[in-house]
Amino acid sequence: MTLAAATELATATNEHLAHISNTLIYSSMAVYTLAFFAYIAEWLFGSRSKVARTAAALTAKPDGAAKAQGPAVAVKSAGGTAVLERPQVVVRSAAGSRDVPDGPGAHGGDVQGDLYGRIAVSLTALAFLVELSGVVARAASVERAPWGNMYEFNITFSTVAVGVYLTLLALKKNVRWIGLFLTTTVLLDLGLAVTVLYTASDQLVPALHSYWLYIHVSTAILCGAVFYVGAVGTLLYLFKDSYENKLVGGGKPGRFATSVLERLPASASLDKFAYRINAAVFPLWTFTIIAGSIWAESAWGRYWGWDPKETWAFITWVAYACYLHARSTAGWKGRKAAYIALIAFACWLFNYYGVNIFVSGKHSYAGV
Amino acid sequence: MSKTTTGTSAEDTPPAGPPGEPAPATTPSGEAAPTAETPADDDLGAAGSQLSTAPTETSVPGSFGGNRAPGLAGRLAWTGREMFGWVRWFWRQLTSMRVALLLLFLLSLGAIPGSLIPQTGTDAMKVDAFRQAHTTLAPLYDKLGLFHVYSSPWFSAIYILLFVSLIGCIVPRTWQFTGQLRSRPPGAPKRLTRLPAYAVWRTDAAPEEVREAALQALKQRRFRAHTAGDAVAAEKGYLREAGNLLFHIALIVMLIAFGWGQLYKTEGDKLIVEGDGFSNTLTQYDDFKSGNLFDDDDLVPFSFDLKKFTATYERNGPNKGTPRTFEAALDYSEGADGEVRHRTVKVNEPLEIGDAKVYLVSHGYAPTVTVRDGKGNVVLRQAVPLLPLDANETSQGAIKVFDGYRDAQGKKEQLGFSAFFVPTFAGAGKGTMFSQFPALDFPVLALGGYHGDLGVDAGTPQNVYQLDTKNPNLKPFKDAKGNILKSRLLPGETMTLPNGAGSITFEKDIQEWAGFQIVQQPATGWALTGALAAIAGLAGSLFIQRRRVWVRAVRGADGVTVVEVAGLGRSESAKLPEEVGALAALVHDKAPTHTDADADRPDADTPVPAEGAETQ
Ligand code: HEM
Repeated sequence: MTLAAATELATATNEHLAHISNTLIYSSMAVYTLAFFAYIAEWLFGSRSKVARTAAALTAKPDGAAKAQGPAVAVKSAGGTAVLERPQVVVRSAAGSRDVPDGPGAHGGDVQGDLYGRIAVSLTALAFLVELSGVVARAASVERAPWGNMYEFNITFSTVAVGVYLTLLALKKNVRWIGLFLTTTVLLDLGLAVTVLYTASDQLVPALHSYWLYIHVSTAILCGAVFYVGAVGTLLYLFKDSYENKLVGGGKPGRFATSVLERLPASASLDKFAYRINAAVFPLWTFTIIAGSIWAESAWGRYWGWDPKETWAFITWVAYACYLHARSTAGWKGRKAAYIALIAFACWLFNYYGVNIFVSGKHSYAGV
Repeated sequence: MSKTTTGTSAEDTPPAGPPGEPAPATTPSGEAAPTAETPADDDLGAAGSQLSTAPTETSVPGSFGGNRAPGLAGRLAWTGREMFGWVRWFWRQLTSMRVALLLLFLLSLGAIPGSLIPQTGTDAMKVDAFRQAHTTLAPLYDKLGLFHVYSSPWFSAIYILLFVSLIGCIVPRTWQFTGQLRSRPPGAPKRLTRLPAYAVWRTDAAPEEVREAALQALKQRRFRAHTAGDAVAAEKGYLREAGNLLFHIALIVMLIAFGWGQLYKTEGDKLIVEGDGFSNTLTQYDDFKSGNLFDDDDLVPFSFDLKKFTATYERNGPNKGTPRTFEAALDYSEGADGEVRHRTVKVNEPLEIGDAKVYLVSHGYAPTVTVRDGKGNVVLRQAVPLLPLDANETSQGAIKVFDGYRDAQGKKEQLGFSAFFVPTFAGAGKGTMFSQFPALDFPVLALGGYHGDLGVDAGTPQNVYQLDTKNPNLKPFKDAKGNILKSRLLPGETMTLPNGAGSITFEKDIQEWAGFQIVQQPATGWALTGALAAIAGLAGSLFIQRRRVWVRAVRGADGVTVVEVAGLGRSESAKLPEEVGALAALVHDKAPTHTDADADRPDADTPVPAEGAETQ
């Protein structure tokens, strides 16, 4: 076989794989759409139940601390394990926070709603697997990591975001309520990817060849996905917090707001969730920037050149540092800190889309 | 921050509890049932203090001077106190969390214009274009330093203030932290029921035994623990604070390293045609920039020859023409006359020699031309580097013959040729002169000839890649019809100059050139170390919880020991109750619940807190 023939054969294989990848991505979109409807069903059925725990907790007189389930103390006795009278751990909440129980989740305690919720999660998991195979096929077709252009970023990004959600679920975290928001954005993200951003599969320009690319871009995508989940938490925190404020002030929130927000976790839980998520990835984001500057050094001969992409990564970093500082500054906790977190995520989004589209710099090669 | 005239200075404020939390209203004491309010500082006293070294916000007194004694001395003393007070106040403000937050915010805000407005540091050409397009805006931008935001006075002011604030914050915190490391965890607060996580039970074991068991359990879980009075006090998670300090210190290290690197940095460009060489001295550079403190002797001595440059391009598909490989094969030697070694430099793989790095940054073609005078003597034979205009390597440049040429009459003259080169010609009559592909598939060189005075002797610096055709002393050659002489040559072809003025030949041997950037930047090792330390510190600071646990054991009125376990963290955490539960379980193993006749009384779940029991 001549070299040319071999190349041609390889090209054909690659085109075949690229085709498979596209089909898989489209299939995953179909499954995500089904999951989306299942989540909608969960919310709809959930609205039948009239849970009003928040209202009950906030309007009733505080008459004692919530008793949390303390770990049972198991004492081995001769016959086997017997649970003795255990010392129970009494938990009290911190300053200023209201003792509000978490909502039951989108299904609102409704059995049918819960069933749809479970179906939705299963469909999300299935769609995730299909999308993941699509990404892998894409990687195989281009014979490199699938992070060479905006189309590839987008499909990888949504896969990772869903992966983060499923991981949190697998860790038994109370995050099923994110499902609807997540599938909506994933569908938008994929829609954008296959229409506007689609780039036929291809290899990289030499400037993108480096193992730092793998490190830098993969962590950047992971950070973005996690920041996104944190931002959803923050946004819902703001809604839930206003809702609780209204109740405390004696106001009567609208029926829709009541129905939706009653089912979400308490504002304090949402806030804590968002903080944990953001704080957990901040070191990784720091590392991403450093890895990027190491790569820039080997590619362009300088660690830091205030290229627009670098500048916005820095701005995002400082904005998240602001958020973390705000949380430990008197008078800035809660809503104000949450606004900063949203601004920080907006910076990340702008860096991801805005800089590639509106600003030209060294990072704007590879299609878009 | 509002100004109050109460006259309380910072020293008078009581030690804060978990910092940053608004001081809660004191709950009426003696109330058994815990309320939803926070543990009041008064109740916790020292137990809740210094769980972190974050600065506490203080209010501002209206006057620092106090009473003014009569007479000049009194006035001076008062002014001194007043001034000192203000300086100290200003310093406190600068090192407060609030101002740090503000400065961080300003820093990110200040970085934005630099990403949207062209910067001289990244792309000077774009700045010029912008200046021409916006004649009213540009002078204003110039005044504000918006074309070089990151070295502008106002941007520097923000980050310098931020770092002063940072240092002012770190020094006292480090001090405080070492103090905390040497002291022992504070004793138990009077009422453990008020803590965020609390457990209680009654046992037959003696209080001493319970405390001993608790001490063991806590030490086993790597708490720093000691017995103080009727309770065991323990603390864990100091690494959080250490990590936080490490992170902030690492930021300073990074800044100093970058600053140092900037002052001693050098950066130069050199274009080399295949077969040519370079040695690292100032005069050899095409273009050279250095930091303020750089000294010529600091250049690392080395030299290299460009043996061969290789580029390959995608031949098919939508990305046809995108580069696949760029490689420069070099022979280099370190020092004045070191051993010659071979090395291939690629886009992402610079050649490193000491502090210096040689990057491959650009490339292009250098067609070889031979210029002959009317008698056939070769006056120039050279590979002339041309600058690429587009991704397909359509290139442009100039060929200049400064001396050695005499015209048909034997008069000394200079020659100039404008050169336009395409590696892949579209074909005659295709309507475009632009290159169709970056590789040498169908090379064509278009030349225009001029003669006269190139204007070099006037002393004005000349662009070697441009022919100044507006120069009145430089006249174009005319062909037989009186048109400006222009010719499109294939490799091996010759353009004859009119009236026996000689000829120029486009040789078959087309060379490539490579552009190198040679950078020398000290202290990058420090910057990298700082960066890694920052990440490690950050992880410690964000993932580790600092918390205190107390275990109190006292004999109650009925002779049964009451055990209380309680925990307090910096911030509310789900892990704290779990940990308190686990510790309680460990102690409970050694001191199981008291069983007696009324063990099954209905309120067995809520034993009387030790408070209500007899104290020893
Ligand atoms: C480049 C500037 C800075 C950056 C990027 C930065 C970043 C951070 C980060 C990421 C944290 C962790 C937050 C947490 O524990 O939740 C933190 C904590 C902290 N920072 Fe900074 N910081 C900067 C400047 C400063 C300055 C100037 C001060 C002094 C006023 C300061 C004081 C603190 C303190 C006291 C904490 C600990 C707060 C706590 O214990 O909760 N930082 N900083």
